[in-house]
Amino acid sequence: MADSVLFEFLHQEMVAEFGDHDPDPSTPGGQRVNLSILESLGFRVGQALGERLPQDTLVFREELDVLKFLCKDLWVAAFRKQMDGLRTNHQGTYVLQDNSFPLLLPMASGLQYREEAAKFLAFPCGILRGSLHTLGFRSSVTASVAALPACKFQVVIQKP
Amino acid sequence: MSRQASRGTESKKMSSELFTLTYGALVTQLCKDYENDEDVNKQLDKILPSAFLPRGYNIGVRLIEDFLARSNVGRCHDFRETADVIAKVAFKMYLGITPSITNWSPAGDEFSLILENNPLVDFVELPDNHSSLIYSNLLCGVLRGALEMVQMAVEAKFVQDTLKGDGVTEIRMRFIRRIEDNLPAGEE
Repeated sequence: MADSVLFEFLHQEMVAEFGDHDPDPSTPGGQRVNLSILESLGFRVGQALGERLPQDTLVFREELDVLKFLCKDLWVAAFRKQMDGLRTNHQGTYVLQDNSFPLLLPMASGLQYREEAAKFLAFPCGILRGSLHTLGFRSSVTASVAALPACKFQVVIQKP
Repeated sequence: MSRQASRGTESKKMSSELFTLTYGALVTQLCKDYENDEDVNKQLDKILPSAFLPRGYNIGVRLIEDFLARSNVGRCHDFRETADVIAKVAFKMYLGITPSITNWSPAGDEFSLILENNPLVDFVELPDNHSSLIYSNLLCGVLRGALEMVQMAVEAKFVQDTLKGDGVTEIRMRFIRRIEDNLPAGEE
């Protein structure tokens, strides 16, 4: 069993490696392009987790079950805590709230480093999107931070 | 209740998978970014302090603080004691395995860590065109970075790897020198 500190440090190294290097700063939305590498790494990891986790958990009947699975099982497996809140408009948009996200927890409590937080959320966004992909849902996932260490992940399920 | 308990162990197992999967994704990405495996190895280990960003070494530099704070291990008086702490305490704490220590050099400045099962390679198969990739090279960087923070310059490298068909995975550790404390001018 690998200690969670290892993952945290590895993740920080990945943020340092891929969070800054900008292939072409002149493109509009360059920041977004930057984080796409981290997001795609997360996606790959999420795909595998989505495959390995639900083995004996449950049969997913509905979209909401899948989202509940992300909030409970996946989050516990990855970050050793459950999501603190799940809200939905019942039209395919979900907001997953984590009031003390472990990857942001050591950084600050309040507004300091809020600008940097986005880099640390690209990978977990990818994890969520990757798991959903494995479970049969196309989605887009974005994250926002009002004040550290709380953050919100917005999941929009794309209808076929 | 029993369900709760089984969840608990499962979550520990999964968090280990999270680490190995994440590491795998990182290596895959680096293989894409750098054309040849030599460069990937350098990136994973950070052999030279280049402008490009370090990995294992940096992790080691910070991991040692976590380790010392949690393990209550004091200063080691010789390299043999260091070897014991690395294998029996550190590897156990972070990767859940206890490598065996063998092949001491007569001078006592070199030894090997034999890893029966390397958790980093749980889901890995090396494709033919990456046969020279030292997949777990991150570990060497971690070892070097961590030991440097306790004033020991060492060299760590893989000499055997199960991914390449060897029977075991072996990391060779070599003690280079003790790093002297740099006291600020005027002190003692």
